[in-house]
Amino acid sequence: MSARTLPLLFLNLGGEMLYILDQRLRAQSIPGEKARKDEWTDVDRKRVMNDIITTMFNRKFMEELFKPQDLYSKKALRTVYDRLAHASIMRLNQASMDKLYDLMTMAFKYQVLLCPRPRDILLVTFNHLDAIKDFISDSPGILNQVDETFRRLIETYNCLSDGEFQLIRQTLLIFFQDMHIRVSIFLKDKVQNSNGRFVLPISGPVPWGTEVPGTIRIFNHKGVEVKRAEFTTAGNYITPQREGSFELYGDRVLKLGTNMYSVTRPVETHMSASSKNLASQAKENIAPNPLAKEELNFLARLLGGLDIQKPAGGETGFRLNLFTTDEEEEHAAQTRPEELSYKVINIEATQEPGRRAELSRILGELDVAEPRPGSAEKGEDLLALMDGL
Amino acid sequence: SQAAWCELPSRVLLVLTSQRGVQMYESDGSTMVFWHALDVPELPAAHSVFARGIAAAGGHFICVGTSFGAVLVFDIPPKGTNVTLSEVLEQHRDPITDIAAEQGQAPEGAGDLVTADDSGTLCLWSTGEEFTLLGKIPGSGSTCSSVALWNGIVAAGYGNGQIRLWEAGSGRIRAQVSAHARWIYALDLAPLTGKLLSGAEDSFVHVWKLGRNPDTDDIEIQHCHAECVTDTQVCGARFCDPAGDTFAVTGYDLSEILCYGAA
Repeated sequence: MSARTLPLLFLNLGGEMLYILDQRLRAQSIPGEKARKDEWTDVDRKRVMNDIITTMFNRKFMEELFKPQDLYSKKALRTVYDRLAHASIMRLNQASMDKLYDLMTMAFKYQVLLCPRPRDILLVTFNHLDAIKDFISDSPGILNQVDETFRRLIETYNCLSDGEFQLIRQTLLIFFQDMHIRVSIFLKDKVQNSNGRFVLPISGPVPWGTEVPGTIRIFNHKGVEVKRAEFTTAGNYITPQREGSFELYGDRVLKLGTNMYSVTRPVETHMSASSKNLASQAKENIAPNPLAKEELNFLARLLGGLDIQKPAGGETGFRLNLFTTDEEEEHAAQTRPEELSYKVINIEATQEPGRRAELSRILGELDVAEPRPGSAEKGEDLLALMDGL
Repeated sequence: SQAAWCELPSRVLLVLTSQRGVQMYESDGSTMVFWHALDVPELPAAHSVFARGIAAAGGHFICVGTSFGAVLVFDIPPKGTNVTLSEVLEQHRDPITDIAAEQGQAPEGAGDLVTADDSGTLCLWSTGEEFTLLGKIPGSGSTCSSVALWNGIVAAGYGNGQIRLWEAGSGRIRAQVSAHARWIYALDLAPLTGKLLSGAEDSFVHVWKLGRNPDTDDIEIQHCHAECVTDTQVCGARFCDPAGDTFAVTGYDLSEILCYGAA
């Protein structure tokens, strides 16, 4: 397993999340003057995107992320995105958050699987970052943060060998193994089969550095080519035009990792619950991970301690629905198969007096920023997070 | 993690490699005969530590590769658990990908073991109480992911989809095949016929026939058969019999082993 996989996993999944949120926010936004108090406007959308991107690219978080380490457990990673999605005025119900996470993971799984060369996973990451920079193009402060992360990626990964990238790719594929959630945009585009498996094309350009299959060349003992033969297969490959750019700016050539959503294409997922594999995967998720507590403490500290702009004037936050109607969302929550439940830790503030002493002690041991007025809620979030483990 | 049967004249052992090291079991899986933990030297944690590449060689040795580039040579007693680390071969500077022992008859001067690494470098050895390096074939930019050795012919599969055949004795290249459109994961050889099996991420499995032209002494390779495992990235491919009439395939996200044979 490669200890350098987490930054790529985090950034690409984050990128997909932003694509989906941006699409849903646009689909549900109302022109500013006409909007009621509880409806989305363009200004709200930009703000949500800015807030989430600012949180995602926080310098301290990035520093920790890039340290060589094993991948977080699926549970821990899901919790990170839960917190990230709630880094702004936007709220998501469990059903919508589940759907969001399903879409994110299946999209990135697809991108990893279809990468022509192992190192093209870097181009996929750059595609996501290019798009993120576009989302915040009029905020130079955040743009700087993203560029810094970009440079760190280039510094860390551009020099790795093919073998090391293949190890990273294998680490990612193992993380995504046995996930076969059907996504309607993939099904429609014939990129995914009805059994949830992705279509692997046997035509198109070969990876940069690979020859189109079909030629056998024989050399004599002096190294001179003496014979050439051809063989045919069902594949229909062509030579690629050019290589994608691994610089800060440039044409990536590869389309994987670019935004495939648009306002007019609603995204649905279908739960395929009958697979035996899912049962064993669910079992694996339930088994207690002794490190989970450490991971979550650490993440919670970083994300919980970040200075997020809370809306002035006591707004409670807008709810975003990943489904087309509230009824659909409700229905999805009730019908989600047990095996596919992410068993997310629910964040609830606890009121029991008996626990306060214990909780205060734990709080005292944590490296949390000085409590500011109005941040009591965040402190309780942290404690409740640990409490739920 | 890898698992391989190591067939020695005296016994068969099941060898497993992982990030922790090497484990060897009796062939029925009942007892662990031996385990070797990998040292974690002063390398930064960014470099992965693992064992990879397993081969039985020289009658009573089992060779295992490591991510440091070292090849561990274990001396295996005919029975019992008294396995010892006989030698550590340190000719590779990149993580070992695969190791293969001669499966036919080595010609005069050719080695009987080949080791491959991430940079595409191949080393040829002659086995014994002390292993001797006979030759080194430098890599040319692409990882050599899998390797086989038969009658002095080294068959190597690469990350860029190429199969190359090298003369073990001289270290010269004798054939180059643009075999696959993606990373080759597996190569296997049927020693009775010289059939070669290659499986790759492009969903294809190919069967080839290796041979030597008696007049020119050129090494030849012919394409025999292609099989497309639809929508599957092939991760493993092995002949099920020494003549190469049947073979088995495994793939990513596939919970089945697919077996192919003559119609």
